[in-house]
Amino acid sequence: MKVVLQNLTKKFPNRNKKAGGEVVAVNDFSFEIPDGKLVGLLGPSGCGKSTTLFMICGLQKPTSGKIFFGEDDVTDLPPENRGVGVVFQNYALYPHLTVRQNITFPLENLKGEDKLTKQEMQDKAYEAAKLVQIEELMDRKPNELSGGQQQRVAIARAMVKMPKVLLLDEPLSNLDARLRLQTREEIRRIQRETGITTVFVTHDQEEAMSISDVIVVMKDGEVQQIGKPQDVYDDPVNLFVAKFLGTPPVNLFDGEVKAGTLYIGDDAVLSVPGAADGAVDVGIRPEGFLLKEDGALCCALTGVEVMGRDISVVSTNPHAQSKAIRSIINAENKVDTDAKDVRFALKPNKVLLFQKETGERIYF
Amino acid sequence: MEKNKLKGWLYLLPAILFLGCFMVYPLIDVFVYSFEESYNFASQTYQGTGGFNFAYVLHDTYFLQAVKNTFLMVIITVPLSTGIALLISVGLSSIKPLRRLFQTVYFLPYVTNTLAVGLVFMILFKKTEYTDGLVNLLIHWFGGESVDFISGPYWAKMFVMCFYIIWVVMPFKILLLTSALLSVDQSYYNAAKVDGTSGARIFRKITLPMISPTIFYLVITGFIGAFKEYSDAVALFGTNLNAAGMNTIVGYVYDMLYGDSGGYPSYASAAAIILFVIVLTITCINLLISSKHTTYN
Repeated sequence: MKVVLQNLTKKFPNRNKKAGGEVVAVNDFSFEIPDGKLVGLLGPSGCGKSTTLFMICGLQKPTSGKIFFGEDDVTDLPPENRGVGVVFQNYALYPHLTVRQNITFPLENLKGEDKLTKQEMQDKAYEAAKLVQIEELMDRKPNELSGGQQQRVAIARAMVKMPKVLLLDEPLSNLDARLRLQTREEIRRIQRETGITTVFVTHDQEEAMSISDVIVVMKDGEVQQIGKPQDVYDDPVNLFVAKFLGTPPVNLFDGEVKAGTLYIGDDAVLSVPGAADGAVDVGIRPEGFLLKEDGALCCALTGVEVMGRDISVVSTNPHAQSKAIRSIINAENKVDTDAKDVRFALKPNKVLLFQKETGERIYF
Repeated sequence: MEKNKLKGWLYLLPAILFLGCFMVYPLIDVFVYSFEESYNFASQTYQGTGGFNFAYVLHDTYFLQAVKNTFLMVIITVPLSTGIALLISVGLSSIKPLRRLFQTVYFLPYVTNTLAVGLVFMILFKKTEYTDGLVNLLIHWFGGESVDFISGPYWAKMFVMCFYIIWVVMPFKILLLTSALLSVDQSYYNAAKVDGTSGARIFRKITLPMISPTIFYLVITGFIGAFKEYSDAVALFGTNLNAAGMNTIVGYVYDMLYGDSGGYPSYASAAAIILFVIVLTITCINLLISSKHTTYN
């Protein structure tokens, strides 16, 4: 089932009554989520991603705009008639019910024709539990489960009615680092197996990039960029997206374009034939640096961190916007840790230029 | 380890001393008095030991009346006050405008003096030469006949008594229940809504179990409080509760010690022990039931 969001806008009355007015949580969001894909809504907290999710599931009504599931307009439908399954950030498992009762809870609400017998409910619950591999835990209470198991139960409960769309709100934020890796593989597997259209919300760009088919980067209620994770990473449309994606983050410099050449300080670092003259923000991905004795960019070396496969060279430059520049270099390169300076050549496709005022990308 | 143990006891010493002197020792004393026939405070003498005091108390019509009154009050006021408090709390937590105002209004009885409340109830219920009381005015309005609530038939007096008790204990219950309701995480309700759970089912299957610890706490303390009922009866019916037929078990104990028929510490002790056994039994039953039906997170 594809999901179409059309000019979706959500405004809340301002909490601070004296200030008055409205807070725009989501502004004019249009997007088509293709059938059977896993989409990650990504952005810093307060960017409206959760609000978007809640509007898709029907817990919040959009101020304006429309939501379609397939061809059906579901904008005014209550959540239970939309056929969505939701996994909440804290899982919202009912603590007084066993895993089995938690999973059958949605089924017990069915009325009329859809009403199921006890046996059918048990079968469906078992099926859902098997999908997330918790069938041995059916008689436990949620507080007797680990975080990862609770997460699985929550997914099973969301899946038991065979929803058309699965929505996950920060599904991994309550797990420790190791479980996070495991669980995100798990979510990917379940999504693949069932082929269900899935939207999940996260503020962790690594999480979003690693499992999404498509990511949507949001900021202050506005969509910044939509695309495949790798495309968005390689080709961000503005400074915000470039800064938000990638660990370690992109290195920023104050630069200037003069006659088709990019200068950082006095170093002429790159030829940028298509760019107009003027001051620019220069973003260089950590993997965009090449150690080279006659490299154009000269930085003061502060340290080298060995990570086995790569080494991370930490240096400073008076024109950098952050204190430390992090560059990731193949471990085969040997760095003289006693040297005062280090010189880099730059990979042109890892250098991103942005306009100073607007943060818009300058292509060259 | 040994040294730590000693230290622990040292820290506990003040509390143990105080509790021992003013709680445990008197309790044991009461227990002893209850088995000593005709104990006399002044001469510290008694005539024999045995179950005579209990036999006397259990055959005393005043005591039996007091037990009947107390049980009636308990059975009527505990479920009613808890139920109504729950209803009001649910109402309070589902409205937005003026919630604070209502919360304050509902909490007022808690900070009001018992005797002042008694005065208010006099105005509501007492017959005087000039007026039959506000409630009777209402009854007239609907075409009924005057009822003497303060010195009239038993059911009328019991009604006023229970009304009074419920009114007095309600604020505390509302306070605890509203905060319990507010502490239920919104995401449970969201999850239930997504699954199309009806309001009644949400309340029964989610809200009630979630606040069940608070409810059981209120029921247990409510039972204990109602069994100890005395001062409210005095505020409504005066000190001669036996004459009014509205005495309570604690009232009977007091009368046996200091009342007009007072001076019988042995009987008073026996009655107190009986009350203790009753409260203990009921509390144990309550705890047994609650451990089955309560979920603690």
